[in-house]
Amino acid sequence: MLRKLLIGTALASGLAFAAHAEDVKEVQMLHWWTSGGEAAALNVLKEDLSKEGYAWKDVPVAGGGGDAAMTALKAMVAAGNYPTASQMLGYTVLDYAAAGVMGDLTETAVKEGWDKSVPVALQKFSVYDGKWVAAPVNVHSVNWLWINKAVMDKIGGTEPKTFDDFVALLDKAKAAGVIPLALGGQNWQEATMFDSVVLSTGGPEFYKKAFNDLDEESLKSDTMKKSFDNLAKLVTYVDPNFSGRDWNLATAMVIKGDALVQVMGDWAKGEFNAAKKAPGTDFLCYRFPGTDGSVIYNSDMFGMFNVPDDRKAAQVALATATLSKSFQSAFNVVKGSVPARTDVPDTDFDACGKKGMADLKAANEGGTLFGSLAQGYGAPPAVANAYKDVVSKFVHGQIKTSDEAVTELVKAIDDAK
Amino acid sequence: MSTVAETSMTLTPEHDSRPSASVRSRLQDALPKIVLAPSFAATIVFVYGFILWTIYLSFTNSKTFPSYAITGPRAYQRLWRWTFESDPPSSWYTSITNMGIFGFLYIFICLALGLFLAILLDQKIRGEGMLRPIYLYPMALSFIVTGVAWKWFLDPGLGLEQTLHQWGWTSFHFDWIKNKDFVIYTVVIAGVWQASGFIMAMFLAGLRGIDGEIMKAAQIDGATTFQLYRRIVIPLLRPVFLSAFIVLAHLAIKSYDLVVALTSGGPGGSAWLPSNFMYEYTFKRNEMAVGSASAVIMLMTITAIIVPYLYSELREKPR
Repeated sequence: MLRKLLIGTALASGLAFAAHAEDVKEVQMLHWWTSGGEAAALNVLKEDLSKEGYAWKDVPVAGGGGDAAMTALKAMVAAGNYPTASQMLGYTVLDYAAAGVMGDLTETAVKEGWDKSVPVALQKFSVYDGKWVAAPVNVHSVNWLWINKAVMDKIGGTEPKTFDDFVALLDKAKAAGVIPLALGGQNWQEATMFDSVVLSTGGPEFYKKAFNDLDEESLKSDTMKKSFDNLAKLVTYVDPNFSGRDWNLATAMVIKGDALVQVMGDWAKGEFNAAKKAPGTDFLCYRFPGTDGSVIYNSDMFGMFNVPDDRKAAQVALATATLSKSFQSAFNVVKGSVPARTDVPDTDFDACGKKGMADLKAANEGGTLFGSLAQGYGAPPAVANAYKDVVSKFVHGQIKTSDEAVTELVKAIDDAK
Repeated sequence: MSTVAETSMTLTPEHDSRPSASVRSRLQDALPKIVLAPSFAATIVFVYGFILWTIYLSFTNSKTFPSYAITGPRAYQRLWRWTFESDPPSSWYTSITNMGIFGFLYIFICLALGLFLAILLDQKIRGEGMLRPIYLYPMALSFIVTGVAWKWFLDPGLGLEQTLHQWGWTSFHFDWIKNKDFVIYTVVIAGVWQASGFIMAMFLAGLRGIDGEIMKAAQIDGATTFQLYRRIVIPLLRPVFLSAFIVLAHLAIKSYDLVVALTSGGPGGSAWLPSNFMYEYTFKRNEMAVGSASAVIMLMTITAIIVPYLYSELREKPR
């Protein structure tokens, strides 16, 4: 009996060993791009890799969504069972890098010239301690307006250039009986809109000092109070039923013409595309008034883990394919974002995509490319969430005045630092 | 673990000189231990072990990952400070006041409604076999399903309000689910809808277990129906109250998913319960120490409520 057991164990472990040896030609990937367009975009990468002989294996995540994936990743890393790479956001990469579990892609990066082609602001997250630990996949920017063109024509509106223009435009829509501003009353959406409001109210320097450097003087300044007042002004233009609405439902209100405009990141474009709407004829994309020339970004990255040597080749292949120009173009055309390197030709992109790419390049060169605090690229998650709390409590009335909001913001950020 | 070692010893036949009947009887004696050992070991590790681990983590400065250097009760100090920040409410203050409101109303209404429905169904009515499952059925749904269904039903733009407006009652107004001050009551509504049928079934079983002779004796003595229930039936149902209370209390404390599905946290986080707070801080904000401390406080609260209740109920058994 015992002998049988031993033989069985030996066989099983032999099999396991054999399976392990085959791992070399396989990329294990943890991500939450499972829905239609995103999955299709990712397929491009899968095909690129399979041409080079690497199989693709998704690490299953129960429940979908980024939170579930991050919980799963935490468990895998704690167990020492690293995936080849994982979709990661901003400070998460740095947290894992600080914990010493990320790999080192510097050799590949130097060979491919990533330090020149990837925007400098992004390298803050993809390079840790001088080592490349992540491959950025795309750059989203959040300071966009998405406008229904038919409604815009009906009310005779033009592109708003300043915040006051914007308020005047919203007034026109209100007078015409459409919902002026489509907003989903969830804390991240409110905070994402507030990112743009702050940039518009205080300008690029102020945004950077307040939301990237977390400078206390700026956070409690009158400019910040003014920003909260401006936010309060915008919130008067939403419909009474906005609280808790998902972002894509808010986008749908604009698509259907129930609402004039949504302030949202460029992933909203994916919804317009899915509804077969074309930029310029069906919808308009403008920068949030007063923020032209600056870009508030967030970016999806593939964090590369410190895998055993026999899996490193697959990892390098994945990273190279991820930052190849062809994939960057093909993926981002579908995803609605713009490439994470500034030297990709924009021929396949639509008008909004072309503008996004040009803006990114200009912002990178002009030093006006800033991480979005709401999207976790301005400060670590604890701070970012404390910020979202304050903005959301302000929008929903738990915090009543902008004075109070500023005090709370400083306190909450201090507390979370 | 020692149980496992013992049982595996008894499993091994040592010498053939021993009569086989003895081995079998010893095996039979040990069988309950063998069967219970795995779950016992699992409980020790995965419940009590992790409780201790959580307590330990709450005294560290763990952020994204656990760190094992004790740094003192800073997490508790922060929670304690947040406990008194009511204007504007801190997330922790919102969570614990919501827990109080939700816990009290949920348990109280479920018990009252469950008992009431059970008494009505106990009147030897026709079609009871059909009515009972109708009330019981919501319990078969997960909190997520309940949450989503009620979310749509209570949404002013989709559900009840919209429907009544279409029927012509345009002054009707019910937007609790969008209102920061009332959103927690919608969680109570959905929770009660789900659990009260189950509590009814528990009470119904209790009612069926009451000796009819006692009731008849009371009726002969001239008790009114109200007196009958007030003085005889409800006191006799005391053990059912205990079981129902424990079932409801643990449902109330763990109802994280209901809040998420129904309100996604509510306007400005106004529907949070401590479990939402715990998950949010541990996994989304990378403040594991604060998350652990909040979990420990939840555990202490449950202990403070359940233990005296269990003690007072179970002590009186040998009457």
